Amino acid sequence: MLPDAQQAWQAGQQAGWGDPLRLHRAGRLAAQALDRAREVVAGAVGARPDEVVFTASGAHSSYAAVAGLARGRRRTGSRIVTTAVDHSSVLGAAAASGDHYAVGVDRHGRVDLDQWVNALAVGGTALATIQVANHEVGTLQPYAEAIAAGEQAGVPVVLDATAALGRVDLSHSTGWSVLTGWAGAFGGPASVGLLVIRRGARWRAPYPIDDYQDHRWPGVPDVPAIWAGAVALDNWLRFGRAVGERQHQLVDRLRAGILERVPEVDVAGDPVHRVPHLLTFSALYVDGETLTSELDRAGFAVASGSACSASSEHPSHVLAAMGALTHGNVRIGLTRTTTARQVDGFLAVLPPIVAGIRERLQAR
Amino acid sequence: MTDFALSLDYRGMKCPRPIIELNRRIGEVPPDGLVEIWADDPAAGPDLAAWCRMRGHELVLADGIRFVVRQLGPR
Repeated sequence: MLPDAQQAWQAGQQAGWGDPLRLHRAGRLAAQALDRAREVVAGAVGARPDEVVFTASGAHSSYAAVAGLARGRRRTGSRIVTTAVDHSSVLGAAAASGDHYAVGVDRHGRVDLDQWVNALAVGGTALATIQVANHEVGTLQPYAEAIAAGEQAGVPVVLDATAALGRVDLSHSTGWSVLTGWAGAFGGPASVGLLVIRRGARWRAPYPIDDYQDHRWPGVPDVPAIWAGAVALDNWLRFGRAVGERQHQLVDRLRAGILERVPEVDVAGDPVHRVPHLLTFSALYVDGETLTSELDRAGFAVASGSACSASSEHPSHVLAAMGALTHGNVRIGLTRTTTARQVDGFLAVLPPIVAGIRERLQAR
Repeated sequence: MTDFALSLDYRGMKCPRPIIELNRRIGEVPPDGLVEIWADDPAAGPDLAAWCRMRGHELVLADGIRFVVRQLGPR
């Protein structure tokens, strides 16, 4: 978490904020903080503050967005179009809320726009979902064109901005019906999800609601956590451009170095049109579990989309949809403080680790 | 009936073992020869496709847990 966000969280907890719906002083102060947090999010995505809702996680936001539009549009039909590389929480919500159809992607994970347009033209389509950028491989989607196609077809679009918020300028984005995000992705608390519902969107709460957050998400909001999330996002909006430029170059350096030094490696995702901080690659004949734990021992905390290392028995659906290698997979997310020295350190330890695993597995 | 230069049963094997084993055996297959592979690990389908692309072979068939690869790449 960002230090500024941590401090804001603690300060919020000590501020004596109360229930924001109550009229006592503690409640009014909490309501003010909540209003300010809504303004930050609204400014980031080109929305109105009263369109902003805070949920309990990114997965909760995905479910609320998809199931809510499915409910609001049930007279139109039950067909839900996603891309094949949407987050698993979006795919799960689509499968649970209607007849799910997934549009394919190319080698870089970019959605096939022709297939998208055709999918939206099918009658009975309640909603469609697309990402600004993919959460595993970083590839930017043609989301503006995809949203325009949704408007053309009269199909509301959920825009998943989770991997992009703070890193891609969305302050003038238009046309989407519901936008989702997660504070954990930009250095805020993991317990804060973002859900922005356009006024006029045919969204109906798919769960019991109460008076909080204008009948869109139930329960007393955790204002200190929300406040910390807003501070983190605000931080990115102010300083993100410089950080992003540096991260973009560092990922270029990582990509080139990995391709140069590790034989038989598959680097996934668009090398240019991507978010700045993510890089995913897979090494043939290596298991992801050993690779990630050996990198961890060398001081590099990385994720993996390989079945043998993830919590799931199945490999990453994103890598599979792209035709990328799923075993021996490593997903690197740079932090804002990652340095060129750390990148070079990673490039120094990676080749002998991969070679060692291949030797032990007798892959030669 | 199709003649396979090799028929390999990798059922019960976890990733990346089937690909490692296949890579070890592919050299026995003459150019243009076909290999039949049985593999039930969920990663086998995507990884066979990716391995073929990276090594220059052709994935001729992917049907459930049965796959056929044409040996086209460097030996």
